[in-house]
Amino acid sequence: MSFPWAQHYAPKHPVTQWLDERLPLPRLVYNAVGAGYPVPRNLNYFWNFGVLAGAALGIQIITGIILAMHYAANGAIAFDSVESIMRDVNSGWLLRYAHANGASFFFIVVYLHIFRGLYYGSYKAPREMVWLLGVVIFLLMMATAFMGYVLPWGQMSFWGAQVITGFFSAIPVVGDPIRIWLLGGFAPDNAALNRFFSLHYLLPFVIAGVIILHIWSLHIPGSNNPTGVDVKGPQDTVPFHPYYTAKDGFGLGVFLIAFSTLLFFAPNLLGHPDNYIPANPLSTPAHIVPEWYFLPFYAILKAFTFNFLWIPAKLWGVMAMFGSILLLFFLPWIDSSPVRSTNYRPLYRWFFWMLVADVLALGYLGQAEPSTFVVFASQVCAAYYFAHFLIILPIVSRIERPLPLPNSITESVLHGEKAEAAPFGTQTA
Amino acid sequence: MLRLFGPLIAPIVGLGFIAALVLAILTTSWEAEPPTAAHHFHLAPKPLHLASDGPLGKFDRQQLQRGFQVYKEVCSACHSARLVAFRDLQEIGFTNPEVKAIAKNWATEVPSVNPETGEPATRKALASDYIPSPYANETAARAANNNALPPDLSLITKARHGGAAYVHSLLTGYQNPPAELLEKFPDAKPSGTLHYNPYFANLNIAMPPPLAADGQVTYADGTKATIDQMAQDVSAFLVWTAEPKLENRHRTGIAVLIFLLIATTLAYMSYQNIWADRKH
Repeated sequence: MSFPWAQHYAPKHPVTQWLDERLPLPRLVYNAVGAGYPVPRNLNYFWNFGVLAGAALGIQIITGIILAMHYAANGAIAFDSVESIMRDVNSGWLLRYAHANGASFFFIVVYLHIFRGLYYGSYKAPREMVWLLGVVIFLLMMATAFMGYVLPWGQMSFWGAQVITGFFSAIPVVGDPIRIWLLGGFAPDNAALNRFFSLHYLLPFVIAGVIILHIWSLHIPGSNNPTGVDVKGPQDTVPFHPYYTAKDGFGLGVFLIAFSTLLFFAPNLLGHPDNYIPANPLSTPAHIVPEWYFLPFYAILKAFTFNFLWIPAKLWGVMAMFGSILLLFFLPWIDSSPVRSTNYRPLYRWFFWMLVADVLALGYLGQAEPSTFVVFASQVCAAYYFAHFLIILPIVSRIERPLPLPNSITESVLHGEKAEAAPFGTQTA
Repeated sequence: MLRLFGPLIAPIVGLGFIAALVLAILTTSWEAEPPTAAHHFHLAPKPLHLASDGPLGKFDRQQLQRGFQVYKEVCSACHSARLVAFRDLQEIGFTNPEVKAIAKNWATEVPSVNPETGEPATRKALASDYIPSPYANETAARAANNNALPPDLSLITKARHGGAAYVHSLLTGYQNPPAELLEKFPDAKPSGTLHYNPYFANLNIAMPPPLAADGQVTYADGTKATIDQMAQDVSAFLVWTAEPKLENRHRTGIAVLIFLLIATTLAYMSYQNIWADRKH
């Protein structure tokens, strides 16, 4: 598909030949994730996380569809219907814990996938569209996860919905009417719960659709690799199947071991105890926190405490929180360095790891009990987050002198080992 | 225009956010927050070890039955356990006739309708009924408890930080307020109907000490019913009410992990085998 030396689908059996002439679906799969897709031979384990994110979505859709058969989206009985799944439905506890922890693992692998894209410059030309679609998937995931967390209708579900929908009331003039329209009432209630359930069921299929576009756009230029150097010839690539299906199979096993360990032995570790208390609009929890995967953005939201330029602090916080994600859409153009891999960017490397530390710190601060110091630290970390993307990165990418790049992927793989280079060198067409 | 100002848009937006944050930092009031009594005197739960802990943990059914007895004779006077049905008690070792007897003799009857007149009525509980609440509704519960609402206990060990250890510590943690507390925070002295308990979030809990004396219940299996023993037993029982499928979960988890370890080892060997002719 992407390179002229890609293997061609050639069905041998009469049935597959018959099918290929009428509906070439096996050909599509062969070219997308089969032997017909040439992939750089030097991908490291960080390239496993795209497939793992797909697997996580699959787990969420399968467990979610079965849970929906037993769940009742009604404020009066939603909480009890979830408990009935835990107690009375055959293996219902397994389905629900798999779905709740599956959401966490979906975010873990997607964050690592984003981390890999940032480190190895996978967002740069010619893969900007892959990155843009990825950010769309990330936004859809956040919306889906938020609405899913509301469904058990516990205390954190209710108050989380209250806080998050409250963002819309920060919009000047029309904020409150918009919020009431979105919720279907003055506070989260049956109307909100029902529409959240409907959208929570819809959005995963939208995500699946955007994933198809994401992979489609990836297959035009082909996969990036740890050197960031373009593929030069057939010696640089291996067919996706069997090479990367085998590697992804192993990666999937490791992923499932980690997932199962949490699911079977600490299923409530990442949850909040308050969500085992039924929603009560008259009793506000002492400390409202979102799920762990939203904490860095929650910390940014809370960091804005000053009414600057006649814009209220709350609106600054909401704009900054959405802005912190939306700026990722502009990343391919903010970072003007032609070198993709951070391995060859000695100056940017430092700022990259600073950003990782900054986001981890924001995650910690997002769940910490607010004190003067915690608010101060969140303000410093939030300021650094914006400084990294909007000030440091444009400057660094202009002044940096990158290290010399390897001539080719194969040379990088075999550097120094000339004896082994020969067999591949002779393959060059 | 775009070519001229394009490169400046990012820094301008960035500086806007950063200016708002820097001004917020500069206007921060660094006056120390007044210390609170809870901040100084609240205690984390004491460690509690139960048979159900750990990846291979199983329930100690003798202990669960003792814990159920404590719940029935002490806690259930005020606290409901509305997600537990009498039939579920078979899972902790009661026989079918025992469960029927427990339901029939339960102190509170379940709401019903008089079949003759259609008037609201009550009837004796059946094995299929959920454990009835001691109060008709929240208003009745508050009226009987100085406006405090005794929480439902079905999920309590999953609905509180610290879980079973918290329940055990709370039940055994009643004490007189320390002199230091009264000296430093005179306002923190428990008022009229409240009781000092350092394991409770704000130190003053409305629930009077429920386990007041050794031997408050008489265990059929001969275990000495000390306050600590009763508190441990009822905590263990409430782990079961919150997570009745815990043993099933642990068992399934071990089987799944054994399967996955073998499958992943094979996947790794297959990966190595396929890549054997390719340096990467």
